[in-house]
Amino acid sequence: MYVAVKGGEAAIANAHKMLADRRRGDRSVPAITVEQLVEQLALGVDRVMAEASLYAPELAALAVKQARGDMIEAIFLLRAYRTTLPRFGASRPVETGEMIAERRISATYKDLPGGQVLGPTFDYTHRLLDPELAGDGEVPPAPARESEGEPLTRVADILAHEDLIERSAAGPQDEPFPEEPSGDLTREPLEFPMARDLRLQALARGDEGFLLALGYSTQRGYGRTHPFAGEIRMGEVEVEMDVPELGFSVALGAVKVTECQMVNQFAGSAKVPPQFTRGYGLVFGQSERKAMSMALVDRSLRAGELGEDRVAPAQDEEFVISHSDNVQATGFVEHLKLPHYVDFQAELDLVRRMRGEFEEKAKGSDTAKQEAAE
Amino acid sequence: MTVMTGDIATYNFAYLDEQTKRMIRRAILKAIAIPGYQVPFASREMPMPYGWGTGGVQVTASIIGPDDTLKVIDQGADDTTNAVSIRAFFQKVANVAVTTHTRDATIIQTRHRIPEEPLTEGQVLVYQVPIPEPLRFLEPRETETRKMHALEEYGLMHVKLYEDIARHGHIATTYAYPVLVADRYVMDPSPTPKFDNPKMDMSPALQLFGAGREKRIYAIPPYTRVVSLDFEDHPFEIQSFEEPCALCAAEGVYLDEVILDDHGGRMFVCSDTDHCEERLAQGHKGRLAAEDAYAAKEPAQ
Amino acid sequence: MQTLQFDAGQFTAKAVDGGFADPVYDAQAVFHALMQANARPGVRETLADRLEPPAPLEAGLAAVALTLCDPDTPVWLSPALRTDAVRAWLAFHAGCPLTDDAGAAAFVLCAQDDTPPAQDTLHAGTQEYPDRAATLVLALPALDGGAALTLTGPGIEQSAAISPVGLPDGFVAARADNRALFPRGVDVVLVSGRDLVALPRTTVVATADGSSSNAEAN
Repeated sequence: MYVAVKGGEAAIANAHKMLADRRRGDRSVPAITVEQLVEQLALGVDRVMAEASLYAPELAALAVKQARGDMIEAIFLLRAYRTTLPRFGASRPVETGEMIAERRISATYKDLPGGQVLGPTFDYTHRLLDPELAGDGEVPPAPARESEGEPLTRVADILAHEDLIERSAAGPQDEPFPEEPSGDLTREPLEFPMARDLRLQALARGDEGFLLALGYSTQRGYGRTHPFAGEIRMGEVEVEMDVPELGFSVALGAVKVTECQMVNQFAGSAKVPPQFTRGYGLVFGQSERKAMSMALVDRSLRAGELGEDRVAPAQDEEFVISHSDNVQATGFVEHLKLPHYVDFQAELDLVRRMRGEFEEKAKGSDTAKQEAAE
Repeated sequence: MTVMTGDIATYNFAYLDEQTKRMIRRAILKAIAIPGYQVPFASREMPMPYGWGTGGVQVTASIIGPDDTLKVIDQGADDTTNAVSIRAFFQKVANVAVTTHTRDATIIQTRHRIPEEPLTEGQVLVYQVPIPEPLRFLEPRETETRKMHALEEYGLMHVKLYEDIARHGHIATTYAYPVLVADRYVMDPSPTPKFDNPKMDMSPALQLFGAGREKRIYAIPPYTRVVSLDFEDHPFEIQSFEEPCALCAAEGVYLDEVILDDHGGRMFVCSDTDHCEERLAQGHKGRLAAEDAYAAKEPAQ
Repeated sequence: MQTLQFDAGQFTAKAVDGGFADPVYDAQAVFHALMQANARPGVRETLADRLEPPAPLEAGLAAVALTLCDPDTPVWLSPALRTDAVRAWLAFHAGCPLTDDAGAAAFVLCAQDDTPPAQDTLHAGTQEYPDRAATLVLALPALDGGAALTLTGPGIEQSAAISPVGLPDGFVAARADNRALFPRGVDVVLVSGRDLVALPRTTVVATADGSSSNAEAN
């Protein structure tokens, strides 16, 4: 006698209860608050906002809490929420040149107007675990900067003055922004080859680890681009939106972003004089690793446009963009745990049949050999 | 417009916003007009993972209305966990009637099977599709496969199938077996066993295919020719099973192999649970059916 | 392409009234009818009486527009439809941009008394992306009582018959030329009052005397 397994619904409900229980953990430990996450795990919250393409620190923190600290799960939660939000319009491009930078460094000039501003960085910390942090000790406030509040000239603009770097619509010294609004791959079907705006959007929400590895691969010779970190800056920028009915733009608020402009060697071609080229990275929040990786990969993906040979993975747009989204990748890798027994049954049947044929043939050739021997 | 109240007040009917539904609806109409052609669409992030039926869910969410009755199956069964989960999702966000009975459903969302009971006019079968491109495993680049479809250049697929024959003596594709739709597009039927391929041909029901992660929608209108690719000397054939369903004694249906013990004991039972239960209710009895097998089963919902 | 602007003069109660009473459910119902009509070319679907568009925009045309058109779909209106009232109503309820270039339109809406643009001037999609083709929506005096046409193709078990009144001259030949472009091609929806019939690009249209769009195509 056999009765098929039933009760999927009850099993799912119980699994959800168990998840909620484990998420809360030991009840004698106070529950973590969203405010604590926003304030004290800010870089994790930033990553979730960046890869979910939604600037909402409290919601991102809630997602981190709900996901038990699983970043890709948190990104997924925030994206699934984002997709239900109505669209009111598109903001004007943010002007990173007017950023009040908390951090601004350049690897290409020893000193420059505004100076090198280290800001809140892990750089030069000695990676020694700090026992003090295990407790809740007093932390003195950071010293105030002298020149705080002054916008800093962008390094790429300094090079642009000399006409030593390719022109870009992203610089204040260059042509005005095109009237054509940027594309949005969350609203339009993806198509290869992509325009650079869509490609940058895909990279900005791409998986940090994937882009890091790809960027690293270009440094190790898989599509070398000879990069210099022209500038990395991080701070708040104003977001404005044009309201045609009003005839002027309205400030919506400020978002924290990290921008990286890589300056890359370029020998020039028959038409273009030798000059530097750019790789661009811009992400929500404070994430230098992501912004730099993005800039490296952006530059690599411009290989075709700049007439370079496309030989390495990081130069292959379809490969990079098709696999950079960690929510898609996670879903498809993990879907292998869904039942596949109908397909497996079909394969079982085939393997058994082919095995039978194989053995039949082996037997046949044995008999033939035997007959030949006799 | 928010039509739901209470705990899900912030979500629209059937979860998707109206502009998204319009975009998907336009894609569905074009898919019907070009049978077997994969229409790109701006797939949305859904509240379940990519690869778990987001394409099918988006298609269903865009076509479903308050008068519909929904059936969801995975591997032919209404009670597999992902089918239960998707059915619960639509009950929650669209408040629609659900059923496990194939004949009572107006929309059937499926993963990996086509119901045994013949579908009827007016019914819509929505397939969840992981990889919509039948040429993908032969050519990974979308830019290339798109050209092949445009030029109706399917030589690569025939070469692949013929290599199977050369190596194994027969075509070694058992599921996701490619078909030619309305004599024009080669199409992936989703990972259904090839056993189900003949059911797609001249079906009275509308068949819609949604691939969320790959952002494609395609369709087979009712009464449309769907031919499984083959060769004159190696005609297409479906799987056959040596024994009938151990529960309902059905023959000519697709069976699941169930392992009964640690010593290789096994039985074969209907993959289509609704079909099996109906036969049990009618009094059909297989070799391992309990006297009260039907009564002992809880309804799948 | 022009984008519809709300100016104060247009922003009247007339523009606001007469849309779907329930935009979510009504759009689903109209879409269901359109989907079934396209899946079964020649089978007539009747829409519920839920719209009061400003004349001369017929209910059938209006229903298609409100169900499928939005800021992503350029729409071409036939001359009779280019009234302030119709523009304002579509702007408010669909938000679709209007275009004077029928060849650039995703949807081409044609009133009963107007001559539609020739089908071969509309966007038929590309060989790589045949889905980008236009949909031509023709309002007719009646879907019955005209010359009999026989339909065959996907969605039709044997053959289907329609007899619409007031088809533009050369319609059958134009469908044959369109069929020859497959997979490219323009899709057609015929509406009359609240009734509609769809003729997707796959449908072979033949007149009773036997001249078929397929014969002409080949």
